[in-house]
Amino acid sequence: MKREDDFEKRREHIKDLTNEELYNRFWSLTEEIVKPMVDLAYNHTSPSIERSVLLRMGFTSIEASEIVKQGSKWKLLGKGMGHVVLKYADIKNINYMEAGRELAEGKGWDKVSALIGGALNE
Amino acid sequence: MSNEKEKLIENEKINVEEILKDLDEYKPKRRGWHWREPYNELVGEFKYSEISKPLKKSKALPAARGFNNIDPQPIQVITSEIASGRFEDDIRRMRMAAWHGADHIMVIRTAGQSHYDGLIEGTPEGIGGVPITRKEVRATRKALDLIEEEVGREINFHSYVSGVAGPDIAVMFAEEGVNGAHQDPQYNVLYRNINMIRSFVDAAVAKRIMAFADMLQIDGAHNANATAMKGYNVLPELMVQHAINAKYSEMVGMKKENISLSTVPPTAPPAPCLKLDLPYAVALRKIFKDYKMRAQMNTKYMESCTREATVTHVLNILISKLTSADIQSTITPDEGRNVPWHYNSIHAINTAKQALLGMDGLKEMVELKDEGYLPNKVREITERAVLFLEEIIQVGGYFKAVEEGFFVDSGMYPERNGDGIARKIDKGVATDTVVPRDKDYFAPVCAHFGYNHIPEEYSIDKPCEAIEGCTLCKHEKIQYIDELDPNDNVYKRMEKVKDDGAIKPEVEWKKDGIVTINMFIPEDERTSEAAALEIAKNMNLLDPEVIHKQVLQDSEGTYVEVKGKVGFSINKSELKVPEKKKILSDETMREFVKNHPVRIVAATVGEDEHSVGLREIIDIKHGGIEKYGIDCVYLGTSCPVEKLIDAAIETKAQAILASTIITHNDVHIKNMQKLNNLCIEKGVRDKIILVSGGTQVTDEIAKANGMDVGFGRGSHGNDVASFIVETLQKRLEE
Repeated sequence: MKREDDFEKRREHIKDLTNEELYNRFWSLTEEIVKPMVDLAYNHTSPSIERSVLLRMGFTSIEASEIVKQGSKWKLLGKGMGHVVLKYADIKNINYMEAGRELAEGKGWDKVSALIGGALNE
Repeated sequence: MSNEKEKLIENEKINVEEILKDLDEYKPKRRGWHWREPYNELVGEFKYSEISKPLKKSKALPAARGFNNIDPQPIQVITSEIASGRFEDDIRRMRMAAWHGADHIMVIRTAGQSHYDGLIEGTPEGIGGVPITRKEVRATRKALDLIEEEVGREINFHSYVSGVAGPDIAVMFAEEGVNGAHQDPQYNVLYRNINMIRSFVDAAVAKRIMAFADMLQIDGAHNANATAMKGYNVLPELMVQHAINAKYSEMVGMKKENISLSTVPPTAPPAPCLKLDLPYAVALRKIFKDYKMRAQMNTKYMESCTREATVTHVLNILISKLTSADIQSTITPDEGRNVPWHYNSIHAINTAKQALLGMDGLKEMVELKDEGYLPNKVREITERAVLFLEEIIQVGGYFKAVEEGFFVDSGMYPERNGDGIARKIDKGVATDTVVPRDKDYFAPVCAHFGYNHIPEEYSIDKPCEAIEGCTLCKHEKIQYIDELDPNDNVYKRMEKVKDDGAIKPEVEWKKDGIVTINMFIPEDERTSEAAALEIAKNMNLLDPEVIHKQVLQDSEGTYVEVKGKVGFSINKSELKVPEKKKILSDETMREFVKNHPVRIVAATVGEDEHSVGLREIIDIKHGGIEKYGIDCVYLGTSCPVEKLIDAAIETKAQAILASTIITHNDVHIKNMQKLNNLCIEKGVRDKIILVSGGTQVTDEIAKANGMDVGFGRGSHGNDVASFIVETLQKRLEE
């Protein structure tokens, strides 16, 4: 879009604000813009976020990447990949690192999906 | 490794092989950002207003020679951007940078890493930067841990948490002791075309992890200045970009004091840059008073002239001093012509240190006007930014505004030029990869942002109880990958440039062999350029390339700088290094002079008014020869040679000290010859020791022209006194 500089016209409603009022307006407008994006982030996740969880659990970047690829395929990202790993460890009664490695190899997804998949779209 | 081995030794190179050993077990010494500590003591004889704790070891500015080699450290953290593509070479440059006063080492990433969906492992070679991997980061942090110990100040290690693997990288940085990072989802959206939903969702988690590790965050707004067609028109937008990232970071849990703006003075001469840059800098500091300021230097208008870049950067530092800067970033003066070279990194650091020290206390003496042009302009920029924010809301929010090309438009908002960068909400890299978190979403780790359904058996503040500790709490849980590529790795690269006793010049990588030659060719531009390349070829330089040229006058001539590679190396074991003169102890000299009084006459000779060097050699205050009891008859500046000899004869002096700085037409050499010849004529040559000194004087030149000795750059009173006393001792013995 092209537009001439209409600053003088547009500023009518703010030109009499004190500097402090202008400052406050600047920050309240910013917050209004940012708030919905923070909410969006609060309620969503992504492959990289889930990889970052798996990294913090002690998996290598390669293992984390494989688990997330499988998790996306099974549409279980919304459960949290760490959550899925822990659930699978419970089912198999094995250490969670071992469980994660099996999942990275594509094993056990049907079992874990059958157990927690029900919560999808709740 | 023993403790002794872990220390760096001043006269030994940092051992990169040693750093690469046992990396799997290395744990960083600390987390978090470090600010310099204010220092109120005198440095030398000076009282400063804005300096920080001195370093244990450092290299002072060249002119420090005239000030007893003091090396005061500005209060601002000083950044050096170092990333040649090979971290093993960068580590050596980091040490050099730290010795000159840099304590914020910023490592640029290799081209394309932003689009790499995951972490890169190993140590592949980068292009225009370094692939940021765990091994590269761990080795660099380990080296910096040693270097900070050596210089006596904490060094902040910094890189980038951006691209489609932001949260992954943030975790790795938190684990490996990285102290600061760029993080700004707008950067991904505008300049890397990464889907905007993904960018903002990822950024929240990445930022929370950075907050946990107490890292300093720097935003990416300055890129709008570098990218927009008219960089100086994006001022209102820059404020909006800063605000969005700062507020977003704060709302996801980052402390305000860990949020830093990346500010840049948007213009450069020949524009009247202070008139444009200063109001903007003031407006920014008023609106963002609760946040930190990283003052970047202008890159938008950089050409290949290193002198021009340096002047612009000093003007940028003037803005920092007239307003404020918590971090003074530096841009190397050669960034307009190549990936920064070793010595240009040091030049850039010294430009900042020199300018900041020179302007110490500026605001105690001058103040910015609170009426007229400056405050009016500040108000105008702020109002324009507020109107920008209003219109974002009006069109339906940030994402809509991006879709409509609000950003990086070269019109001064509300003027719009229609050349902004527009992105679609359902387009870009990694579109449709974000999913809602289900009611039972659970992430059993610390520092996680967003909805987390933590089962009741675990405490809310410590979700990692479910896994008996995450890597942020238990470092030993991190799995270290060494190398994935058997060919593209640091070991293979280092094998090729092993130390074999051969010396080769370098600017970037070990043994790259690059040198530059500077020449003036008395021809027009195109002829000069072609001639310069031929000259370089005749000098046997390989791959010569013109890196800078400047017409001095269209037909009178052109200045040309050419780079090329030398195809040979120097064998260190066969190299003849002149022996350093041994000097007598202070005590021996004092004792001799007490028993055998010594007198000298001294002056700068010819038409030379430069007396500073000579005064330093003589004056007791500067540790000169007076301190040994030598009687000095100082005849002042521009003294005729005849007068100097007559005075020596009259006062029965044993030595003449003749100083010359001016050397055009070899006047220093002519004066030496004249001094020698006149002494012979007057029959006193064997009685009087002739000493010549000056910046361009060497012992060789002096002796070849009839002097007994010559003292050049870096000589001190004790060197001169030692020579005189030793000569007199020998004469006594004869």
